[in-house]
Amino acid sequence: MAECHPVGFQWVMEAKARGAKVFHVDPRFTRTSAMADAYLPIRAGSDIVLLGALINHVLGNGLDFREYVLAYTNAATLVSEDFQDTEELDGLFSGFDPETRTYDPASWSYDEDGGPEPDERREGGRRHAEAAGADRYGSGGAAAPSRPRTDPTLSDPRCVYQILKRHFARYTPELVERMCGIREADFAELAEAITANSGRERTTAWVYSVGWTQHTVGAQYIRTASILQLLLGNMGRPGGGIMALRGHASIQGSTDIPTLFNILPGYLSMPHAHRHEGLDDYLEHEGGETGFWGNRRAYLVSLLKAWWGEAATEANDFCFDYLPRMTGDHGHYTTVMNQIDGTVKGYFVVGENPAVGSSGGRAQRFGLANLDWLVVRDLTLVETATFWRDGPELETGELRTEDIATEVFFLPAASHVEKEGTFTNTQRLLQWREKALDPPGDCRSDLWFYYHLGKRIRQRLTEDEIDRPLRELTWDYPEEGERAEPLATAVLREIGGVGPDGRALSAYTQLRPDGSTRCGCWIYCGVYADEVNQAARRRPGREQTPVAPEWGWAWPANRRILYNRASADPEGRPWSERKAFVWWDEDRREWTGLDVPDFETGKPPDYLPPEGAKAQDALAGTDPFIMQSDGKGWLYAPLGLADGPMPAHYEPHESPVRNPLYRQQANPARRIYRRPDSPYNPPESPRFPYVLTTYRLTEHHTAGAMSRPLAYLAELQPELFCEVSPQLAAEVGLVNGGWATIVTSRSLIEARVLVTGRVRPLRVQDRVIHQVGLPYHWGWGSGGLVTGDVANDLLPIVLDPNVYIQESKAMTCHVRPGRRPRGQALLDLMEEYRYG
Amino acid sequence: MFSRWSLIRQLRGEDGRRDAARSARTDALRPRTERADTVARSVCPYCAVGCGQLVYVKDGRVSQIEGDPDSPISRGRLCPKGSASKQLVTHPGRQTHVLYRRPHGTEWEPLDLDTAMEMITDRVLRTRRETWQQTDEGKVVRRTMGIAGMGGATLDNEENYLMKKLYTALGAIQVENQARI
Repeated sequence: MAECHPVGFQWVMEAKARGAKVFHVDPRFTRTSAMADAYLPIRAGSDIVLLGALINHVLGNGLDFREYVLAYTNAATLVSEDFQDTEELDGLFSGFDPETRTYDPASWSYDEDGGPEPDERREGGRRHAEAAGADRYGSGGAAAPSRPRTDPTLSDPRCVYQILKRHFARYTPELVERMCGIREADFAELAEAITANSGRERTTAWVYSVGWTQHTVGAQYIRTASILQLLLGNMGRPGGGIMALRGHASIQGSTDIPTLFNILPGYLSMPHAHRHEGLDDYLEHEGGETGFWGNRRAYLVSLLKAWWGEAATEANDFCFDYLPRMTGDHGHYTTVMNQIDGTVKGYFVVGENPAVGSSGGRAQRFGLANLDWLVVRDLTLVETATFWRDGPELETGELRTEDIATEVFFLPAASHVEKEGTFTNTQRLLQWREKALDPPGDCRSDLWFYYHLGKRIRQRLTEDEIDRPLRELTWDYPEEGERAEPLATAVLREIGGVGPDGRALSAYTQLRPDGSTRCGCWIYCGVYADEVNQAARRRPGREQTPVAPEWGWAWPANRRILYNRASADPEGRPWSERKAFVWWDEDRREWTGLDVPDFETGKPPDYLPPEGAKAQDALAGTDPFIMQSDGKGWLYAPLGLADGPMPAHYEPHESPVRNPLYRQQANPARRIYRRPDSPYNPPESPRFPYVLTTYRLTEHHTAGAMSRPLAYLAELQPELFCEVSPQLAAEVGLVNGGWATIVTSRSLIEARVLVTGRVRPLRVQDRVIHQVGLPYHWGWGSGGLVTGDVANDLLPIVLDPNVYIQESKAMTCHVRPGRRPRGQALLDLMEEYRYG
Repeated sequence: MFSRWSLIRQLRGEDGRRDAARSARTDALRPRTERADTVARSVCPYCAVGCGQLVYVKDGRVSQIEGDPDSPISRGRLCPKGSASKQLVTHPGRQTHVLYRRPHGTEWEPLDLDTAMEMITDRVLRTRRETWQQTDEGKVVRRTMGIAGMGGATLDNEENYLMKKLYTALGAIQVENQARI
């Protein structure tokens, strides 16, 4: 955090100054480690063992926050008799189909009188494996029954609490030492600290980043942390939570208003051709009827009205059929394979640089070389725009410029100070940027580009039916200045929504399912409340409470801590004075506090839902997790995941060690591309004995296009290097400051050697495991004052089955002294490693 | 006059770390931020902490970028990247003109923006029509699998919104973002 989010880290230091204890768990000693109370080096890819052992410590010693757990989680819920755990099936949960390598989640469901729901209604498992379905639960939970059978004594062997206890029983401190390389004494200190620091009076926070997500079990890493935090009562409370430190200025916004294949704005699923017949059918299949997600008709209809305006009517399902249909995985890596196979003809790359920034760089570039046309928009000539004249495959002779038929348009982009608009930061906060000056030359905002491209396309439409969604699209934003820049405020206002009177809406609770409201992204509804750009609010922090509600605007409804109803006890009183945040005011009969309550303001703690209630009315006054269909925090996920209802430790796809817990070595549902363009290192291969992990440096950003051209930053970190321990350096023959060649079956690259105690050899399964650290900021172009080999070329294309994120944080490699060969010799050496 | 020289004052025994270090020139120096024509309230474009930036403009150029002390998130601080971000917008390696590479071409060629926009419009419409898929295994899909998009996560919300809206109306479904990666 101190390296990659330095200014955010000031708050960790503030907390430390007030007595907080800071632990840092990382394969590599960093600036964060230097400032922490304790540093725990860990083998990359083994975090579920560590977190699972913490869960086991809590459950085995009865250290959970019982009142919180009973009231706010599904600990008491009974699970179907058909469910079988990994502990019974040697690493598989019940429902696995080895043919398709997908799960049928039927047996994971809650125990119900009516039996499990019919097949076509079930969520998770194979559906998710087909289209990264879990993404849509970014705001809405899967559809579990709102009032399942429970055992409040938590003693029934089929209740979630007991299932968890059995499941994690083998995750012991001894196993942590053996698998993670963390000493038992260090584990004990961590376990003692987090349990002592949780409960009524205290809360503990976890902070993570892509070190947890970029794995074939990435979603389950976060699930493990969620279980731990729910057991300790650390969710929805100040000082608690599991905080994702996202790495790009508006990567949160890019998910909320997604340019992602499987979701629409506000985490509404893109319709699927073989699952959804029409609007009603879609809505029926896309979640439960209870909880706030039960209002999804209002959210979707308001979006369709924002896009197709008057053309969207009740009679035509509000133009629902204008939405193109998914039929499976259309994600980034599959798209690259489709480029190589020739079905993708045209590609827009906007502020992104997959030629060096995505896993398997060689596959990315072969894909680019096989396009008909490519549009690249960026500040500099990024490698994705120039691969045809200076890519590494020209040097090896695999590609020749004259043979590459791709037509390339490079359009220069406006910088962040040359346009106005909002970023959504890592805490869901929208902040408006004022424009400082006009962009130079041909540089334009992406808003300008897409608006004018749409305008030109719409001028050339036919009467053909396929053009109807474009003809009827609302595309009439006011233009400004000699460049005819569309007004970003007008776009933001459309996102924020308007009511039947045409006035801006205040909150998503005002959205209607009848087509009378329009809203481009329901979770952002209210960002233009009172016709004021709420994201532009700038009341200085020192003039506000620490919550700072008048700086920017956080979705939803300007709430700064999600699910903050859980900061009060079931009766609505703060758990303690010290941790008071949101509470029930009995005199005024409403929720109040330091933040906007993430709860219906007037719903009393003793509210009980009547029989047959829908949406939020079906949740009790003690159900804080209002997006979930049962209002509970899920310790066990009966639906909604592709790879199991609970996390289990699996080794990374490429690992030097055997999984001691199960015969199942790696996540059985992980997404693999079995084709020549996507080779893998075999597990436990002596050819690739070392663990490789990638990361960022403070002084650079992503693949370098925003940092390598900057003189100050280039001087601070001039050259690609790999970090190795003195022991590994001695074993391989590496010299500090000299050169090393790092090899995987994808490629081999050269880097300067940094021999350092920052990367420690770890004792794992009674042998020494060496890890190699590699920052990934270099490439050959991007206007860089410094250049270097592409670390991402080494990475495998193997994905988490829930969200299709690649495993770039834990793989295997070999390291050789000296520089890499050039030309044909490089290919020969690659072949040698690939086939042994 | 010479007696005002900082060096002479220091040679005479005055403390060179205090007032004797000052000269008439240093006394006349003013911070760039004070001489700016305008200042815009902005946000750092690197990581997702969202530090406040103040962007100072003088004579039509960015003259300085500083942390915004009003921000309750950053309290005026910026990291090495945020502090260097004036160079991000002013460095000489920035491309400011459209470039075109024809199929099999060996060099970039200049192209004016309007022509580029028209050519891209042509390509989109042509590819869309050539790769249009109305049905898949008997189900209506109404899409093109011939056009794909990949966006970075430093795009504004408003930009992402127009992109998703236009791509969806075009029937382009392979629309992805850094957020996947």
